[in-house]
Amino acid sequence: MSERPEASDGVSPSDASARTGEETETAQAPAAPEPPALSARQEAMLARLAEHLGDAVIESVPLFTDVVARVRPDSWQRVGQVAKEHLDCDYLSFISGIDWAPAPKEGDEASSDTSSPVQPSEMTFGAAGSAGRFQVFAHVQSTHRHWGVTFKADLDEADPRIASWVSVYPGADWHERECREMFGFVFDGHPSLRPLYLPAEFEGHPLRKDFPLLARVVKPWPGLVDVEAMPGGPEAAVDALAETGTIETSDEPASS
Amino acid sequence: MSTTETGTTETPATPGFVLDPVALTPLADARVNVELDTGDMILNLGPQHPATHGTLRLVVRLDGERVVAADPVIGYMHRGYEKLSEFRTYPQVTTLINRIDWLSSFANEVPFLEAAEKLMGVEAPPRAKYIRTILTELSRIATFLLFLGEMGLQVGALTPAFYGFRDREHILNLIEAVTGGRFHPNFNRIGGVKDDLPWGWLGECRSAMKIVFDACDVFEDLVLGNEIFAARCKGVGIIPAELGAAYGVSGSNLRASGVDWDLRRDGEPYLAYPDLDFKVWTHPDGDSFARYWVRLQETRESARMVLQCLDAMPAGAVMAKVPRIIKVPEGEIWVETENPLGQMGYYVVSKGATGPFRVKIRSASFSNVSILPWLLRGVFVPDIITILAGLYFILGDIDR
Repeated sequence: MSERPEASDGVSPSDASARTGEETETAQAPAAPEPPALSARQEAMLARLAEHLGDAVIESVPLFTDVVARVRPDSWQRVGQVAKEHLDCDYLSFISGIDWAPAPKEGDEASSDTSSPVQPSEMTFGAAGSAGRFQVFAHVQSTHRHWGVTFKADLDEADPRIASWVSVYPGADWHERECREMFGFVFDGHPSLRPLYLPAEFEGHPLRKDFPLLARVVKPWPGLVDVEAMPGGPEAAVDALAETGTIETSDEPASS
Repeated sequence: MSTTETGTTETPATPGFVLDPVALTPLADARVNVELDTGDMILNLGPQHPATHGTLRLVVRLDGERVVAADPVIGYMHRGYEKLSEFRTYPQVTTLINRIDWLSSFANEVPFLEAAEKLMGVEAPPRAKYIRTILTELSRIATFLLFLGEMGLQVGALTPAFYGFRDREHILNLIEAVTGGRFHPNFNRIGGVKDDLPWGWLGECRSAMKIVFDACDVFEDLVLGNEIFAARCKGVGIIPAELGAAYGVSGSNLRASGVDWDLRRDGEPYLAYPDLDFKVWTHPDGDSFARYWVRLQETRESARMVLQCLDAMPAGAVMAKVPRIIKVPEGEIWVETENPLGQMGYYVVSKGATGPFRVKIRSASFSNVSILPWLLRGVFVPDIITILAGLYFILGDIDR
């Protein structure tokens, strides 16, 4: 089964580069966000970020039609205020987190186990980079200038903690409560970080990569192909004959 | 003539039922005073309340008939789609995200597929884009027709609900004819759509749009023109534009507060919307009545957009050339679209595998409902129901 991707013909260049991996890494470059020219919105946003948040921004990169800015975690509160007052981003889209830890490798495509996609086993970071495993990221937008920006901030792995945006964007309340229970991030200054979705007695933080998806643990993946042949089945007969070197499969139906 | 005679003759003669109103008055006053002295009452609304369209629970603290504080309790339908997405391949994820907002499933799929396609550098052919646009607008019409009927039901008018369900059926039939599914089409593929439109469908769609226009006229007369409806909804549940935006309220709810912002026009161009000529409707009031009015206009506007798409439908393939095993190159992207309930966005992080590494699902109802603790403060109990109905949320869209 593992030969199937290679056997499929008529593939587009993007697939070819994705399959063969490292040596065609450069062929993937056109898919990266750099080549397209910046839109007017992105240019204006990058300029404003530099003007108002200068030292707080570690790195800011355009990402397709969006802008991603990685900011210092200690100025997170200020970033929210500046975004609202100076970047005209009056609309809070979401606040959430990312766990960059490599996914536990459960699926194994070589043995036809497609229960989960096989992700790279080393830790890599996305746009604008990261200092560690945990990042909090938020997207804010302007309803009249029609631009938006994604802010990211690195969190300490042992004690993930950052300032709350509730005083700036009241809608941050639920997003931060969700982020607290799903990732275990603590938002200082939030009025009450009660669980939002999960029951109060729930243990663990489900969206962390080391939290197993229990449905895949307790039950075998139904898509798994049965590799063991049935005893006495036609495959076993063929295998036995192939081992001895006398393949007489064509005679069998005639005799029986 | 006889009635006046009997009336005049019988009124003096009512033996046995002589009540002294004066004697009762102080007693009634005393009783009322006693009741007003009671403390706050906690009222649990839901999680199985019919007005909540699912399992939303509202814990409301009441002082008499007035709400002192309201706390929505969500999560009864939390299905963990963000976690599940990490264990699925890209084509499998569309099956999941179909179920987020189950009234407009097709519209849910579009931003996720746009994200995957942009990361892969694949673009759907023009005909596929038009088919997607039509089906997105059809699901918007279906969603809004249900709202236009349901909203009447929540203020005590039974008839509009039947009209809403009846007229929505025409739209669902259209969607079923193309996709095979009434609610969960799962018709989108990375690089296009599964199949072309069936023979004769364009004509059917055209005649169904006439039904939609007629339905909108009916709702305008029957509901918007109704004095009781206006009395129940005008000035109730006012969302100020700035506060609504800071809470992340989006879509028709925000446009009903006077914010002229529609991602189909103002966002990054997607589907066939740049080719279409349409108006973005806003209302300055921001109350439940304005939300109904805006959605009614948007239903008409969507029907007009469908007709424009039918006229300009390009010929050609419905699928771009994509590999059989879909692997999305490493990268991340944020894609947002204007869904019937508001802004729907996906932040997709890919690490070059067959499935996404992380998907942040930004659903509209979650933020729309998060304003409830502020919005319900100080309203009367019957107005809770009108406000809930006017915000128009889908539980699957809150809980994900």
